[in-house]
Amino acid sequence: MTRDNSIVVDKLVREFKKGPRAVDGIDLYVAPGEIYGFLGPNGAGKSTTVLMLTTLLPPTAGTARVGGYDVRKEGAKVRSVIGAALQEAALDPLLTGRDHLRLQTMLQAVPRSERKARQNELLERVGLTEAADRKVKGYSGGMKRRLDLALALVHRPSILFLDEPTTGLDPQSRTALWAEVARLAREDGVTVFLTTQYLEEADVLADRVGIIDHGRIVAEGTPGDLKAEIGRPSVHVLPCNPEEGPRIMELLSSFGEPLSEDGDVAVRLRDGFGLADVVRAMDGEGVVLDDVELRAPTLDDVFLAKTGRTLEGAAGAEQDGEPAEARVRRR
Amino acid sequence: MSVLATQVGAIAGRSITRTARQPASAIPPLIFPVALMLINSGGLKASTLLPGFPTNSFLAFALAVPFIQGALFSTMNAGTDLARDIQTGFFSRLSLTPIRGAALLTGQLAGIVVLGVVQAVFYIGTGLLLGVDFEAGAAGIALLLVYAALVSLGFGALGSFLALRTGSGESIQALFPALFVFLFISSMNTPRNLIAVDWFRFLASVNPVSYLIECVRSLIITGWDAEALALGFSIAIVLAVVSLTAAGWALGQRMERT
Repeated sequence: MTRDNSIVVDKLVREFKKGPRAVDGIDLYVAPGEIYGFLGPNGAGKSTTVLMLTTLLPPTAGTARVGGYDVRKEGAKVRSVIGAALQEAALDPLLTGRDHLRLQTMLQAVPRSERKARQNELLERVGLTEAADRKVKGYSGGMKRRLDLALALVHRPSILFLDEPTTGLDPQSRTALWAEVARLAREDGVTVFLTTQYLEEADVLADRVGIIDHGRIVAEGTPGDLKAEIGRPSVHVLPCNPEEGPRIMELLSSFGEPLSEDGDVAVRLRDGFGLADVVRAMDGEGVVLDDVELRAPTLDDVFLAKTGRTLEGAAGAEQDGEPAEARVRRR
Repeated sequence: MSVLATQVGAIAGRSITRTARQPASAIPPLIFPVALMLINSGGLKASTLLPGFPTNSFLAFALAVPFIQGALFSTMNAGTDLARDIQTGFFSRLSLTPIRGAALLTGQLAGIVVLGVVQAVFYIGTGLLLGVDFEAGAAGIALLLVYAALVSLGFGALGSFLALRTGSGESIQALFPALFVFLFISSMNTPRNLIAVDWFRFLASVNPVSYLIECVRSLIITGWDAEALALGFSIAIVLAVVSLTAAGWALGQRMERT
């Protein structure tokens, strides 16, 4: 019998004492071997969802099955099939990378005869062989994240939870981590549930994306489908003379609906119009432009369309929005 | 090796490694109690002239204090270590493994007990170097080491309980002076029967720390005093049992998994 690597969530709720509903009745399905990107601003409910799916936080209502096991009733079985790297690499600065792996292989009951080989294999996989015997306090953020990933893989889990795995990493470390996560899914068939607030991460890595806001899933699908749902591209114009902005917007509004953008004037094009129409109209009116750009829809556009806010703006507004209990729990 | 033994060994190994790699936290419990003892021995030497004072060496009388003072450091070390694990998320990492609560607590305390025994060896060595005679002899010294381990376990478990309840290293450090009050209102500097101030003598007599100190003191200056040993060991055992039970309960609450 093949192992069920799926995640099935039905009307999952988590309420905190004297707090809001951090997760408000979400439904989702993650297929075996799929990379599912859970996208949303800080405080949207991403980490609370992960804590419930990894059995570290009991749901208030609803059900969730991870790897075929009920997170409420079969916590130990769920933990045996999952690996998790929670927000901020939870490492001991006084231990070396190898110390961490030794500890984890012992606690995960890896047979004694296999422990060393497993430690070396994982160190090599995440590129930490040379740094294995250095204390973690001397590791960079990227090295810590890679070690965190290695620790999550010690017992060969079939489902991997990664809670904002690349937050704070430089582009090179981020790309390396993406490559490893993609390899795990494609070659080893590991199901990956990945939370992120980076649009690019979800776009590049995820097979499907769920967008969560205020504890509810507001959109779900492949990045391509979600963007196609928005459908039309937008035109962004940067006038030479900023005082001409209102006049240009008036001209542009005949081609589509205005978008609020910082510094430039933009419209989402209506069907039947293209960039050439806009350029011709500007030229005809003698408007001088610094720049004009046609942009395909992004996941941020999807977020904007579904919530009325940009993801970046929502992140700023909700920086402290996560319930304190969820933060304490994670610690 | 059983699963439980492997888990205890893994956590204990980590705890001992941590202790060995942070001398800044291992040295104060060695140096400060001895320094305080030397200062008190110099300043309170004349106390030995009091009629009924049990020894003519104040150093021998005071040598018992570092054992308990060092154990109070164990409370802080155990507490702050565990609180740090909770704050950094390391505790959540452990919670995601099949580790049992008993293994986590026992392993975590192992490093504290090892440090407690190392401290005791250091205090005994210092006493011997300064010319203190241990009336109970080599067997008494061996018993002192067992007692030090037991007291460290009790205070370490108390620190773990506080950490598990508060989840904050700062809270543990804030409680540390309060624990020291118990030391200062004990018989640390004067035998209870020679304390002239009634209220102080009363507080020292109801303070269990007095009996913890007097147990050590009896082995140094009296020899084999059954009553002092029985009282000291009983209190240390009760402290260990109560603290471990409380810490076990708090661990269960903190490790609440589905």
